[in-house]
Amino acid sequence: MSEPRTLLAIDKVSKNFGRVTAVDGISLDIRENEFFALLGPSGCGKTTLLRMLAGFETPNHGRILLDGRDIARTPPNKRPVNLMFQSYALFPHMSVRANVSYGLEMERLPAKEIRSRVDAILATTELVAFADRKPEQLSGGQKQRVALARALVKRPRLLLLDEPLGALDKKLRGAMQLELKRLQHEVGITFVIVTHDQEESLVMADRMAVLKDGKLLQCDTPHAVYEYPADRFVADFIGVMNFVPGKAAGDGVLAANGARISGKVPATLSPGAAAVASVRPERIRLFPSPETANRVAGTVEALAYQGLDLQLHVRTALSPKPFLVRVTADAADRRPVSSGDAVELGWNAADVRIFAD
Amino acid sequence: MAPALAWLTALMVVPCALVLALAFFRRGIYGGIEYTFTLENFGLVFDPLYAGIFLNSARIAGTATLIAVVIGYAAAYAIAATPRRWQPVFLFFAVLPFWSNYLIRTYAWIVLLNREGLITQLLRWFGYTGEPPSMLYTEGAVIAGLVYNYLPFVILACYAPLSRLNPELAEASRDLGASAVTTFRRVILPLTVPGIAAGAVFVFVLSIGNFVTPALLGGGRFQMIGNLVYDQFLTANDWPFGAALAMALIAIMLLVLTAQALAADRAAGRIAEAKGGADG
Repeated sequence: MSEPRTLLAIDKVSKNFGRVTAVDGISLDIRENEFFALLGPSGCGKTTLLRMLAGFETPNHGRILLDGRDIARTPPNKRPVNLMFQSYALFPHMSVRANVSYGLEMERLPAKEIRSRVDAILATTELVAFADRKPEQLSGGQKQRVALARALVKRPRLLLLDEPLGALDKKLRGAMQLELKRLQHEVGITFVIVTHDQEESLVMADRMAVLKDGKLLQCDTPHAVYEYPADRFVADFIGVMNFVPGKAAGDGVLAANGARISGKVPATLSPGAAAVASVRPERIRLFPSPETANRVAGTVEALAYQGLDLQLHVRTALSPKPFLVRVTADAADRRPVSSGDAVELGWNAADVRIFAD
Repeated sequence: MAPALAWLTALMVVPCALVLALAFFRRGIYGGIEYTFTLENFGLVFDPLYAGIFLNSARIAGTATLIAVVIGYAAAYAIAATPRRWQPVFLFFAVLPFWSNYLIRTYAWIVLLNREGLITQLLRWFGYTGEPPSMLYTEGAVIAGLVYNYLPFVILACYAPLSRLNPELAEASRDLGASAVTTFRRVILPLTVPGIAAGAVFVFVLSIGNFVTPALLGGGRFQMIGNLVYDQFLTANDWPFGAALAMALIAIMLLVLTAQALAADRAAGRIAEAKGGADG
């Protein structure tokens, strides 16, 4: 396999609005043909970063290199980059076909080529039957597909998607996640998606960047971000995590009640520093074998049935919050537990992640 | 409902009916009205002399409308582009002239335009020594007065759709490769046409029947229908003919207003869509 080629290099980019710093010295490489997610809570700077990639904002510092050329100051209509707006921003006075043709008309392509390319993309996005409708006559999912078709028909080097699934209901969202991935694969265009939904980025992205307060916290594959979060915030933001606060010790964390959670302590944490040990719910076993490194007794406080698995809230002496434990339906059938039961939880040292607190 | 209906009947329907009825009678020899039925008055409206005044009025009103729309749309566009919290302030300044009397506002233009008026003095101050330009009592002065007086209507009518326009539509157009000019022509303008039409109809209807501005700034040399009607009632004492002229004027206005209402109806759908497009 050849080394993946960098398509877009964001180089120490900063943007401030008055005294508010929206994006603070972010550097990122986005590779050719990848599905990249910018993830973070609202106000983290992800939308500002996206708008700088599209050309609607100009960075105060830094460079944005597309195929090695700095486009930071290129106006939006001169960039081979297209944005799919969160509101879709379909032109209400134009039919679906006119909306999709618009971008190609701007390139002054021959009418025949416009027609064939628009026909092709309408077929890909299953919109042929709606070509003559106005946006107001479309459902949310159809509008989203028109917005996508309108951007894709331009064959941009980079397609930016601002919360593309935000306006859809939950069921449709799940279907569209897979649909977007399929389309991205089919058209072979690099996608950069902005989302606040961690699940969405885990499902769709090849790689993702987690942003907070304008800074980049971590940039890696969803698997790496989920399994090896860079810090406490990322650990908490992505997925569900159980935290045990305490102090760093040589080979783990000393909890407030004196118990020791074994795990690998990062080199940056000196012994005695405030630290949290964390473990994912699915890594915790009920009734562990005696040689399991970390074990704690607790009481089941609540059960939540979720179809595939069972989520338990287990009160322990380790942390003020109950532990969340995920038990597969299978395991729950073999050894049923109910609210009020005394249980023992156990997890391996290798599943513990320790962060500065 | 009932008081409003009574109000409308007493102050709108009855007077109009009276004027309409008047138009079907004969003029008395020494003024006054001779109560015999005739259609002569309406025939006279189409006499080339009077039809010419109608056409002239339409031309002047049309020119004023065109200028007011261009200036008003630009002003509304500029106001809609300022930060939200400043917009009410600018709108307030735009409608401020309405707080003074129409006549006084028109007299102010005489002060500006007359031979030794402010404009001439300003020219002198810049070293101009020739004949003072004759600006007052010209068609240009009448048009300037009409534009000035009705401009706020256009600004308000154009501001409404411009301020409601989802700004992402213009961004989407730019993103798809359109220049700022093309974006304006193909996205912003078509979506704000109803506002322009409403403002334009307002200016046209009010201008074509106006008699104060042509009388004061045109010096009576540029007769418009409004002056003609005024003269028939108060100078020529030919009330039936004045009534027929007034009815013809009302008919023209109704025609323009109906056309605008029909066009607005058709455009209502896309406007509803344009303002509903913002953040979900």
